[in-house]
Amino acid sequence: MASHEAAIREPLILNDKTYHQISEDIARPIEGAANRSWWILFTIAVMAMLWGVGCILYTIGVGIGTWGLNKTVEWAWDITNFVWWVGIGHAGTLISAVLLLFRQKWRMAINRSAEAMTIFAVICAALFPGIHMGRIWMAYWVLPLPNQFGSLWVNFNSPLLWDVFAIGTYFSVSLVFWYIGLIPDFATIRDRAVTAGKPIREAIYGIMSFGWSGNARAWHRFEEISLVLAGIATPLVLSVHTIVSMDFATSVIPGWHTTIFPPYFVAGAIFSGFAMVQTLMLVMRKVVSMESYITINHVELMNKVIILTGSIVGIAYITELFVAWYSGVEYEQYAFLNRATGPYWWAYWAMMSCNVITPQIFWIRKVRRSIWLTFIISIFVNIGMWFERFVIIVTSLHRDYLPSSWSMFYPTWVDIGIFIGTLGIFGTFFLLYARTFPVLPIAEVKSILKSSGSQFKKDHH
Amino acid sequence: MSRTKIYWKGLDELHNTPEFQESAANEFTPEATADIFNDGNESTEAGTKRRDFLKFMGFSIGAATLAACETPVMRSVPYLNKPEDITPGVPNWYASSFFDGVDYASILVKTREGRPIKVIGNRRSTVTLGGVNARINSSVLSLYDAARAKGPLKGGAESTWNEVDRDIVIGLKKAASEGKQVVLLTETIISPSTKHAIAEFTEAFGDVKHVILDSLSVSGVLAANEESFGVRALADYQFDKAEVVVSFGSDFLSATPNSNANAARYAKMRKPKDGKMSRHFQFEANMSLTGSNADVRVAQKPSETIDSLVALYNRIASATGGSVVSGGVDSPEVSKAASELLAAKGKGIVISGSNSKAEQVLVNAINSQLGNIGTTIDLTNPLLLRQGNDADMAALVVDMNAGKVGALLIHGVNPSYSYFDAEKFNSGLAKVDITVSFADRLDETAEKVGILTPDHHYLESWNDAEPKAGHYSLVQPTIQPLFNTRQFQESLLKWSGNDSDYYTYIRENWKGSIYSASLNPVFANFFNTALFEGVYENGATEAVAIAFKGDVNAAAAALPKYSGDFELQLYVKAGAGDGSQANNPWLQELPDPVSRVTWDNYLTMSPTQMKELGFSRLERGDFMADVAILTANGVTLKIPVYPSPGQKYGTVGLAVGYGRTAAGKSGNGVGVNAFPLAKDGSFSVGGVTISSANEKYEIAQLQSHHTLMGRESIVKETTFAEYSKDAKAGNPRVEFYVASAPSAARKAAATAHGQEHGHDGHAHADDHGHENYKIGAADANLWGNHAIDSGHRWGMAIDLNKCIGCGACVTACGAENNVPVVGKEEVRRGRDMHWLRIDRYYTSDMTTERAKAEGVGAIDKFTAMEAAAVAPRVAYQPVMCQHCNHAPCETVCPVAATTHSDEGLNQMTYNRCIGTRYCANNCPYKVRRFNWFQYHDGSKEFGNNPANSELGRMVLNPDVVVRDRGVMEKCSFCVQGIQAAKLKAKKMGRKVLDEEVQSACAEACPTHAIAFGDLNDTESRVASKAKDERSYHLLEEVGVQPNVYYMTKVRNLTSEEV
Repeated sequence: MASHEAAIREPLILNDKTYHQISEDIARPIEGAANRSWWILFTIAVMAMLWGVGCILYTIGVGIGTWGLNKTVEWAWDITNFVWWVGIGHAGTLISAVLLLFRQKWRMAINRSAEAMTIFAVICAALFPGIHMGRIWMAYWVLPLPNQFGSLWVNFNSPLLWDVFAIGTYFSVSLVFWYIGLIPDFATIRDRAVTAGKPIREAIYGIMSFGWSGNARAWHRFEEISLVLAGIATPLVLSVHTIVSMDFATSVIPGWHTTIFPPYFVAGAIFSGFAMVQTLMLVMRKVVSMESYITINHVELMNKVIILTGSIVGIAYITELFVAWYSGVEYEQYAFLNRATGPYWWAYWAMMSCNVITPQIFWIRKVRRSIWLTFIISIFVNIGMWFERFVIIVTSLHRDYLPSSWSMFYPTWVDIGIFIGTLGIFGTFFLLYARTFPVLPIAEVKSILKSSGSQFKKDHH
Repeated sequence: MSRTKIYWKGLDELHNTPEFQESAANEFTPEATADIFNDGNESTEAGTKRRDFLKFMGFSIGAATLAACETPVMRSVPYLNKPEDITPGVPNWYASSFFDGVDYASILVKTREGRPIKVIGNRRSTVTLGGVNARINSSVLSLYDAARAKGPLKGGAESTWNEVDRDIVIGLKKAASEGKQVVLLTETIISPSTKHAIAEFTEAFGDVKHVILDSLSVSGVLAANEESFGVRALADYQFDKAEVVVSFGSDFLSATPNSNANAARYAKMRKPKDGKMSRHFQFEANMSLTGSNADVRVAQKPSETIDSLVALYNRIASATGGSVVSGGVDSPEVSKAASELLAAKGKGIVISGSNSKAEQVLVNAINSQLGNIGTTIDLTNPLLLRQGNDADMAALVVDMNAGKVGALLIHGVNPSYSYFDAEKFNSGLAKVDITVSFADRLDETAEKVGILTPDHHYLESWNDAEPKAGHYSLVQPTIQPLFNTRQFQESLLKWSGNDSDYYTYIRENWKGSIYSASLNPVFANFFNTALFEGVYENGATEAVAIAFKGDVNAAAAALPKYSGDFELQLYVKAGAGDGSQANNPWLQELPDPVSRVTWDNYLTMSPTQMKELGFSRLERGDFMADVAILTANGVTLKIPVYPSPGQKYGTVGLAVGYGRTAAGKSGNGVGVNAFPLAKDGSFSVGGVTISSANEKYEIAQLQSHHTLMGRESIVKETTFAEYSKDAKAGNPRVEFYVASAPSAARKAAATAHGQEHGHDGHAHADDHGHENYKIGAADANLWGNHAIDSGHRWGMAIDLNKCIGCGACVTACGAENNVPVVGKEEVRRGRDMHWLRIDRYYTSDMTTERAKAEGVGAIDKFTAMEAAAVAPRVAYQPVMCQHCNHAPCETVCPVAATTHSDEGLNQMTYNRCIGTRYCANNCPYKVRRFNWFQYHDGSKEFGNNPANSELGRMVLNPDVVVRDRGVMEKCSFCVQGIQAAKLKAKKMGRKVLDEEVQSACAEACPTHAIAFGDLNDTESRVASKAKDERSYHLLEEVGVQPNVYYMTKVRNLTSEEV
């Protein structure tokens, strides 16, 4: 890693931290006891998770009929939630892989948690293609397994099958990448446990750190594998959401059948992923006192990504409208007119205002550097991106070709319950993660202390 | 005697070893130990050790757990002795007849392993012409109705036939001896043998009064025909000869007697190809099925319809030299109808749906003056399908209340439900000494009578019928009686002292009255032929004109008058009929063809008026209707209001046949009973007041959007004049411009298709001199085609001009394919399971052209298009799986559960389906249906589904699997029938013949609007239709290449009517 950095760049680590302080700061949430607010959040998250699991079991037991779907709208909240969660998962890989390759050091403050978020979001996402099946007990049929059913094989034409591979690959690569990054830090926790005389913690983190010794060869291999995995993960940033978008793009439904979808979906995914990272980081840096590491500079940098991707998304929305008009296809034209003015106009305008209009105020530097405004806008973007998927899925389906089949979709309590449940699952996992894993990469943060730490900046001034 | 033989039990005993001696001394062998489990270490002591105990327990628990897993019990009873006529897996067909007092049809009944499972029309009948409506083809399910009476009941308690027979005979004799009336109250009896039995019964008990009650009374028509022509019967209308049809509120395609034949004949005159097409005028208040098919429809209040009728009479009379009557309000439509009728003398029909004698006399006068009697209107061979007399019934009710009736036997009617003054009837019923009902269940009337002697279902019965003078048909049983019921006629005969069975009785009766030796030297041969064919028609006598003898002036003076702001027009729904089959869930779930609402009746109202009165017009997919309070004729009802474009402002419509209270679980409490409003049998009611009940009610509608939104390529239309000029009128080919010449291979494919589609890729230079190529939708294609040009390629052609929207195909499809009934709640959620639906579209006042001309923006245009026109034209379009050759559903299924067959079928493999529903989303036609729940799990929620009970399951077609929850299903083109026909052809060493295999819908269609067959067989009917200039693919521009063709709808409109 480069050891020289322009002094006028803002420091990435504030408050003149030393190497030891870094270890102390990051290990503190793991080694200390949980505070009350953690317990309150955790209780809420677990309750939401249990509620969601209950709703899922109810669905599996009784049937998909417990949802609000009908003969016209056969996907709604299920696939909306799926795409939303997958999108959220995108930021982690982008931060850890793409920014690594681009040598963006500011990524080090957020990559660990962003990757954790990716893993948990993909778990939530992967739930939906499973539970939305009418016969989930036959779900293994989507895998190309040798079988005794005769010459039965999967249908490689189906984008849904590509999804299986895409999500599977993405999840496994992300998990491995994340875990490898954790190994030296687990070893740090282990070593600190030895000093502190905590044998149980030592044993657990000892196992999790795979016997990391910290010698030069181990570090060398660590760096190499990180680079290799970053190389593998980078195309996934583009491929996963591209393939998810093909669920729609390869269909014949007006509003789905759109060649713009792959780049549009990828941009949207990064957009929503960064928004979710903002939402979580802004809370986390406060709760676990990481203000020195996740600085306002980091917040601003992420806001810049948000405004870029948000603008791409906005252009995509407008391009869609233009192409619908330009195509001369009456079904296509109506699909987009219906989005904006039909019975679901409110969803469309919620999407438009949350995704296109609100992020534009990030052009103002003050707003970019405001914790509160960033938090509020990140919430807006999260909501807006959920509506984007709802708009694409439900408003395209509910009025497609034959007006005789047009209908409305209304969610049931089970639809809502499962969505809340995935928020609970995500929250539970994330809160457990925040208490047991080093939320910042200790080793990597230390590696930039001398180039980007506030004290060293001052010294070199 | 010394012992010479030694018997021994084993070699040990023979050799008498020490071990044997020891064991013989020990009577009981030592306890077994578990040494085998102890790795060969012998236990030192007897008994079970701890470790053994654990092992045994582990094994036992494991075994017990396994044993506790329930194996499904499959109850299948093999034939020990195979009945001679039954081959398992091969259906038997029997000819029979259906008549329930409302509908008549000569039918064929399909039975499997002794169970009737399907009813189709008998095309040998010249009375019904092979048509059966939804009510008739669904009647097979009524056989397996759990609400049917299981045996005779006395005072509501179970009884025996001997006991009730004794009581009834005593009661009848007592009544006769006391000088009180013995009354037999029945539906219309069209059976000559039944009439004979009634005569015998009358003779046995002295003066039995026979009162006939029609729930859908046409007493006024009968009286008018009697006065006008001396014939107290119904005319048989020859719509196939009628060039001009003028209907005053008559729903002759759906609700009148013999509507099936009307529909079949009517459709024959809607074929523009022959250069002749009828003109159909309809004057009516409600948007009826018939009115929705009319060329010129005039929405009028019932009172205004009378004015129009009088005006038409006056115009015709003055043109033909008849006497003019006073009154009448002329209109341009009346004048047009009059001039067209006059131009087509003897080739027109004027028909009225009114039950007022005065109106019908005027109608008769018009037809007589036009010379239609004897040409298009056959009264020489009249229909006998209604014989009721409202006056007789009214007199009976008076007599009952006066205590003059000693015994009342009720057959086939349910006056406590369907008689307008049911209250008075009920109070009279209580004053009758002995009351007997022959109802098949404890219905509203039967629950008030003393004795219930349940009649067989018609599929369990012998009977005969004379629906039309000189035209006979037979009813034969297709199953052993399911319950301890007895045929009505046998009961009558038994009480009359005649113990012969009814079959013999019919034979004797036929031998005596219908048969003559000249027909066939052997009676048995004659009878069996009639039985086999279902009908015996000794030829209609030539219809002749009968001189009109009516008094038009008296009629004009006696015309009904309606007052008040609102007038109510009661009507009969295609599914509900008169409500006698209310407990038939197939019919309840059949949507009304016009409103597309299931499981309810409701007040139909003009949307304009609804807006004024503040009722929700159910826009934008809303299901929550407002409830109104309607008061008329002293009756107050609370009914949801449903918008009906085309309904006359100031009128409301309400269907009869709902609001049953004792029909059974599917029929009870569905809707409200409208019969009490039909005072004196009149379905038009004046003086109606309507107010809001300030309540909401969720309507179970199958279609919540009603206009085409400017998408005219979905239902292509033209006018007869345009069509006559250019057969391709209204059916422009979908073509795409492509920049480069099609490749050689593509071109070859395009040419192959071009032969069929009538186009090929040809060059076309645009304004800039670039060469563009025009290709059809089927050729604008990235993919290779399935090899569908050889072998069979099953296809369908649907003539939108012939489809009247009746819904017979929908119930037929359901019966053939075990389509589940999901119930009102699921329909409300938008989850009906119909594989075949009939879309109904209204025209809108806003059109693309108008928007362009008036400069209306797109948003306003589409908003305006969502509303139907005030006077909309209606189009019906049956939609089922289109069996696309480039099916979007096939590519997206991750597990290849839906695939293309090499015969052009889009196949659905239920067992492979995992239920992602991606296929349904990607279907442009939205014909795929998902099993949201286990609709046959025996739960109460889906109690209406026949597959949910032992009895109901008997109706299931064993050739079609009942689908589980979580799988997708859809139209299969009745692939089971295709396979059976192919097998038969193969065994006979020939090709499958055209129309040998019929989809259930094509088979059921009374108007033959659906042609099914092999598109690769150039001689087939479907292939010739596919080549017709009117043929097009639905959503052709999507390029999915369906195997279903639609044919442009041609309306017979003048240029100013367009």
